[in-house]
Amino acid sequence: MSDRGIYGVMAEFDSPSQLVSAARAAQAKGYRKLDAYSPFPIEELTDALHLHKNKLPLIVLAGGVIGGLTGFLMQYWIAVVYFPINIAGRPLNSWPSFIIITFELTILFASISAVLGMMALCGLPMPYHPVFNVPRFSAASRNRFFLCIESADPLFDRVKTAEFLGTLKPREVSEVAQ
Amino acid sequence: MADDRQIVVETAAPGEIIAPGYTFGTITDQISSVVLTRKTPLFWFAAFGIGGSLLMLFLLAVTILMVKGVGIWGIRTPVMWGFAITNFVWWIGIGHAGTLISAILLLLNQRWRNSINRFAEAMTLFAVACAGMFPLLHMGRPWLFYWLLPYPNTMAIEPQFRSPLVWDVFAVSTYATVSLLFWYVGLMPDLGTLRDRTKNPIGRAIYGIMAMGWRGSARHWSVFDTASLLLAGLATPLVLSVHTVVSFDFTIAIVPGWHSTFFPPYFVAGAIYSGFAMVLALAIPLRSVYGLQGLITDKHLDNCGKIMLATGWIVAYAYMMELFNAWYGGNTYEQAAFWHRMTGPYAFQYWFLVTCNIVAPQFLWFKRVRHSPVLLFISSIVVLTGMWLERFMIIVSSLAQDFLPSSWGIFRPTRWDWATYAGTIGLFMFLFFLFVRALPMISIFEVRTLLPQAKVSKEAKS
Repeated sequence: MSDRGIYGVMAEFDSPSQLVSAARAAQAKGYRKLDAYSPFPIEELTDALHLHKNKLPLIVLAGGVIGGLTGFLMQYWIAVVYFPINIAGRPLNSWPSFIIITFELTILFASISAVLGMMALCGLPMPYHPVFNVPRFSAASRNRFFLCIESADPLFDRVKTAEFLGTLKPREVSEVAQ
Repeated sequence: MADDRQIVVETAAPGEIIAPGYTFGTITDQISSVVLTRKTPLFWFAAFGIGGSLLMLFLLAVTILMVKGVGIWGIRTPVMWGFAITNFVWWIGIGHAGTLISAILLLLNQRWRNSINRFAEAMTLFAVACAGMFPLLHMGRPWLFYWLLPYPNTMAIEPQFRSPLVWDVFAVSTYATVSLLFWYVGLMPDLGTLRDRTKNPIGRAIYGIMAMGWRGSARHWSVFDTASLLLAGLATPLVLSVHTVVSFDFTIAIVPGWHSTFFPPYFVAGAIYSGFAMVLALAIPLRSVYGLQGLITDKHLDNCGKIMLATGWIVAYAYMMELFNAWYGGNTYEQAAFWHRMTGPYAFQYWFLVTCNIVAPQFLWFKRVRHSPVLLFISSIVVLTGMWLERFMIIVSSLAQDFLPSSWGIFRPTRWDWATYAGTIGLFMFLFFLFVRALPMISIFEVRTLLPQAKVSKEAKS
């Protein structure tokens, strides 16, 4: 059977428990290119799909360090080099008074990198995605739970994968157009 | 519809946060129907109308200010800060409760916050917008506001980074940006829900663009959870720093009544106090108009009441310490400043604020008061009034009577002071009710996680 022309096969479930069990079963069966869709975050699903590690904390750390350095060096350069003002003989590099803006810019840069990093790691904004071709999929943002095994998976077979998903007691199994 | 079969749990287990009988579907429908309906309650039109009218008053006041200058306000030497900075501190304090609910209570795993965090964060954004108006307008030439920022310019001058007023620019603009980002990230899954549920093609396009293609994938949620926790961890020290920096505007100066080391915690506690009062003042009418008592339950109001009581006591303690420090510190000017507050030209305002902020909230000890929405609403308005008077007292009474009696002067607000203040209340209401109409005011996906059926059964976990 030709696997080309479709994105994958999708099963619809009623409850988070069913989805987690199905995701575990699919993992056990050897499928690796799969994704689950739910209306809210499910901790156990993250476990089942081995998604716990992501690079976001590292991105945020880098953003924060860059922000802190930017904040301090900007003030140092302006106060000492570019625009020095002698106020009652106080040192030009009066670093304690630079701490606040250093702190604020650390937070600002770290937060912006958290948001941009999240979007980059999620691949957002994404104007088109094949899963939306399934008419029932609009319920994924309401009360339904979906598991999609993608045709990119080496074990994927249009008929057998659909049959396998059928054994997991879904409400419905449907093909996802490319 | 037979298609909409749900797993219904009839009785909520003890310790559940929202009312029993809700399902994933009904939660989604109830919250999104506020936005996706054609029937807008009369209350909305009334509130939006009042907000819009006051906003017009604000525009008028600002126009006259632009034409004539800040002299239309009552700011005269020595009280040059007057209403403008009072309102700034008051508004920015109100915003703090939103960040406390969305960030600090998230880190502390207080799951009841899930029903109130969204509109509390919106409240933060709009309160900061109102707060930002005052320093800008108070500058006299608001169109030159960018002189506050360091940028290469032909005048070859730069901001003075040793000044708390410059710190304030960075603190408040960072706070506004981070609050907006945090709020928007939290909205994305719900924007996806609205995109999938609206039948209006224009609405679908707008919500679709705003949701950026969110599809609720496990990969999305995993990164989303990390991002939420990181943003909460960043927003927590930020929110504490913002009012700290605002208090530095005062403490770094040597004016009697301002030059004190306990101002930062005192200001932060007061901020959260007034912020929770505003949360209650918004939540109580909203939940009764939109029938959301099952989601924003009496338990939520009770918790907010308790937080108000606790922060109210911190504020009361600060008032007492302020007096004690003045007496024990032995500084004549400091002692005189507090004596003037209690007995001088602003004595009425002082005792009125003590009544509002310390005496009145003691009724919150009674469970019957905390469980009565009407009484809670009244006490929240009382606290908001009291906190405004507190800011007024700190700023105006200290400036009016400082070191030299020959330079003393009384502040008299003009009608434009009042118009600008009322105008920002209008701006706040206008923005807030637009938000209520156009975006889900309760976080749909977070409330779904409160349902008992959201828990994964033990068999599936293994």
